[in-house]
Amino acid sequence: MRLKLKIWRQEGPDTAGRLVDYTLDDVNEHASFLEMLDVLNEKLVLAGERPVTFEHDCREGICGSCGMMINGQAHGPHARTTACQLHLRHFRDGDTVQIEPWRASAFPVVRDLMVDRGAFDRIIQAGGYISVNTGAAPEANLIPVPRKDADDAFDAATCIGCGACVAQCPNGAAQLFTSAKTSHLALLPQGQPERWQRVVDMVDRMEKEGFGSCTNHRECQAVCPKGISIDWIARMNRDYLTAKVKGVERHHSQD
Amino acid sequence: MTLESKTPSGPIEERWLEHRDHLKLVAPNNRRKFTVIVVGSGLAGGSCAASLGEQGYNVKCLCFHDSPRRAHSIAAQGGINASKNYKNDGDSHWRLFYDTIKGGDFRSRESNTYRLAELSVNIIDQAVAQGVPFAREYGGLLDNRSFGGVQVSRTFYARGQTGQQLLLGAYQALARQIDRGTVEMLSRHEMLDLVVDDGRAVGIVTRHLVTGEVRSHAAHAVVLATGGYSNVYFLSTNAKGSNATAIWRAHRRGAYFANPCYTQIHPTCIPQSGDYQSKLTLMSESLRNDGRIWVPASENEERPPGRIPKDERDYYLERKYPSFGNLVPRDVASRNAKHVVDEGRGVGPLKNGVYLDFSDAIERLGRDAIEARYGNLFEMYERITGEDPYQVPMRIFPAPHYTMGGLWVDYNLMTTIPGLFAIGEANFSDHGANRLGASALMQGLADGYFIAPYTVANYLADHLGEAVDGRTEAFERTEEEIGERIAKLVAADGDRTVDHFHRELGRVVWEECGMSRDAEGLRKALEKIPALRDEYWAHAKVVGTGEEPNAELERAGRVADFFELAELMCIDALQRDESCGGHFREEHQTPEGEALRDDEEFSFVSAWEHTDDLANPRLHREPLEFELVEPSQRSYK
Repeated sequence: MRLKLKIWRQEGPDTAGRLVDYTLDDVNEHASFLEMLDVLNEKLVLAGERPVTFEHDCREGICGSCGMMINGQAHGPHARTTACQLHLRHFRDGDTVQIEPWRASAFPVVRDLMVDRGAFDRIIQAGGYISVNTGAAPEANLIPVPRKDADDAFDAATCIGCGACVAQCPNGAAQLFTSAKTSHLALLPQGQPERWQRVVDMVDRMEKEGFGSCTNHRECQAVCPKGISIDWIARMNRDYLTAKVKGVERHHSQD
Repeated sequence: MTLESKTPSGPIEERWLEHRDHLKLVAPNNRRKFTVIVVGSGLAGGSCAASLGEQGYNVKCLCFHDSPRRAHSIAAQGGINASKNYKNDGDSHWRLFYDTIKGGDFRSRESNTYRLAELSVNIIDQAVAQGVPFAREYGGLLDNRSFGGVQVSRTFYARGQTGQQLLLGAYQALARQIDRGTVEMLSRHEMLDLVVDDGRAVGIVTRHLVTGEVRSHAAHAVVLATGGYSNVYFLSTNAKGSNATAIWRAHRRGAYFANPCYTQIHPTCIPQSGDYQSKLTLMSESLRNDGRIWVPASENEERPPGRIPKDERDYYLERKYPSFGNLVPRDVASRNAKHVVDEGRGVGPLKNGVYLDFSDAIERLGRDAIEARYGNLFEMYERITGEDPYQVPMRIFPAPHYTMGGLWVDYNLMTTIPGLFAIGEANFSDHGANRLGASALMQGLADGYFIAPYTVANYLADHLGEAVDGRTEAFERTEEEIGERIAKLVAADGDRTVDHFHRELGRVVWEECGMSRDAEGLRKALEKIPALRDEYWAHAKVVGTGEEPNAELERAGRVADFFELAELMCIDALQRDESCGGHFREEHQTPEGEALRDDEEFSFVSAWEHTDDLANPRLHREPLEFELVEPSQRSYK
């Protein structure tokens, strides 16, 4: 099939970018979206041009490396699918496809389609864990976890940290990402001791990283490749409020 | 140099504890005086860096991704073994040990493998405490399922995303230490060389993957947790970035490479669909619990699968191995699939697959039960192939997946370079010639959480008070060499892309050193690979510079190392004139077509020492002694 591509090219964080047109005349409809970019890049290299920089690794939809706006939609038109798992059979012969990086002030562009998502790591570092040192764990079956809670925790824990939620949000908010982690841990008995402190520290860090506010557009849920629900945001807000009522203050050290 | 495995003796169940009791310790107030570099942030690296950080060491952890959470451990689907015996079906450390030794076709160390089994239970405890959401039963207790090559249910799982959930557990533990300042995380850094001074590992040289800065890092010890080398085949289930550069550079600096020809070809992957293909996707082995594998009984079958009556199908695994059926070990399942496809009974448009059929299971258990077990795997299959596995059988075919070979390590997981450790898939230690399903996560975490933190301390204890210095001549020289190598790579201005050469290399290695090998083919490969390598250096094309993000340059360096490693794999495969596990030499098979070992001649670990001549590495043999299990012909009938 034939595709016309409009791809965002930007040398570095401080240079201006622009959309550049490319045409691929003969790509296989069973190829994945990233394989299509591989084909383009091999052509560019042979022509002595700089290939398109994009992040990718597992190509199985689980590492969260890839991410790009495809025709204005994070990860493209196919629901619950990362860009690497999107296949060209979802496009039509002759289509024009516009490809841009995540656009969010907390995710500065590094080059072309590659952005810096370090803010996500810093949110986790602020408290997205259970404090248990290696070797200090009790026997695994000591604390039963109701199956419903375990299943719900799993649903929240499937977040791959790709950043699509932020990219699609008109405010560039990170509530879906942050609430998925606070909820995963808050649903489990092991997560209770730090539950209130965690939510305060993580939300605080999220705000400091320059993410926007959540105003219930629900775009995040619509584009999340793992189908993470905005219900977790409500849950995080409830926990945050409860923590504040309890008088929990941010104790996080690194600013 | 003689190989000292430092394997303890005495009763097997006491060996590790006894050994541990005599390892040297570093007092808590001295730990911050030691710098340890951990390269890689997957299950092995992440868990090791976090554990060392918790103890108070000064840790530097590197990954080439933007975040440590993206390491390829994340893609492991099926599960993790542990001999908890929660199912009351007769499991024990002994049985897990025995299954692993047998599954590995009696080519691993008894002491290491027993330790792995012993530590498996601690991993589950640790992961649960971290909040890893394993599957549970209605009573709230942990659930298990069974996996290939064993007759008990001992596999813990988190739907089809066990690797992801375990990695997030380790990543979160790591994040906690980064926050506390005990671990400095160097994301987007690639290790390009090891620095050896006076025979000891003293640090590494890295390239920053955005700025291109080449930099030295000095340390008291270096731990490599950089995974395996299946991408030597170009098409594999590994992530695109997975590479052998760290272990290969360490090998060139003096670390012996053990059993490079032991590679695992996983039986259940989605068959290749075209030349553009960039990787192969695994479908978890757990699918073999409920899926039945078959091909048409006759060649030239044109009917769609649903139209082929049962008596015209060949459920070849159930037919040949009635007691294990579809759950035979991976190497056996893979070879049989190759066999029926070679006979012309393959299925799919390219006739390059076999069916994995769930219709009986759906009929028996209902669609909901199957969806609960494998829902996300079915979705993934449909996304990739456009076919609905609830309606039509999946098509699968073997693909390179895991490498049992790796850097040679002693019982302390230290390589032949003092101060250099290798953990997880990067070492060769526990799986022999074939790894059983759900054992990779177990080994990575056993090494990282529960072995390396003790054995690294044992090494460090002798070096208290020594300062580290990244400005010595050894560092300068190594940095200079790396600078020259990068300059040479970016100057490559030929007419073919790096990927083109990588595909060519992969084709040769897959043909001659893949699922089955023979002396003639291996000799052919040993002519082709060096020739292709010369062509690579003369005709590859790399654009851009070394001082910017440059994925072509990164790949070019990795492929250059794969070219050298590929040659060693074939040398090793040729030398090992027997069949064992994943190493199947056509010349050596039983009348039933199973791998035929030669214990008289080959009951040893091949540890290769690098020499100036890539075609003539020096072989060292570590004899394997079996005191507890009697090596036998594996039988899964």
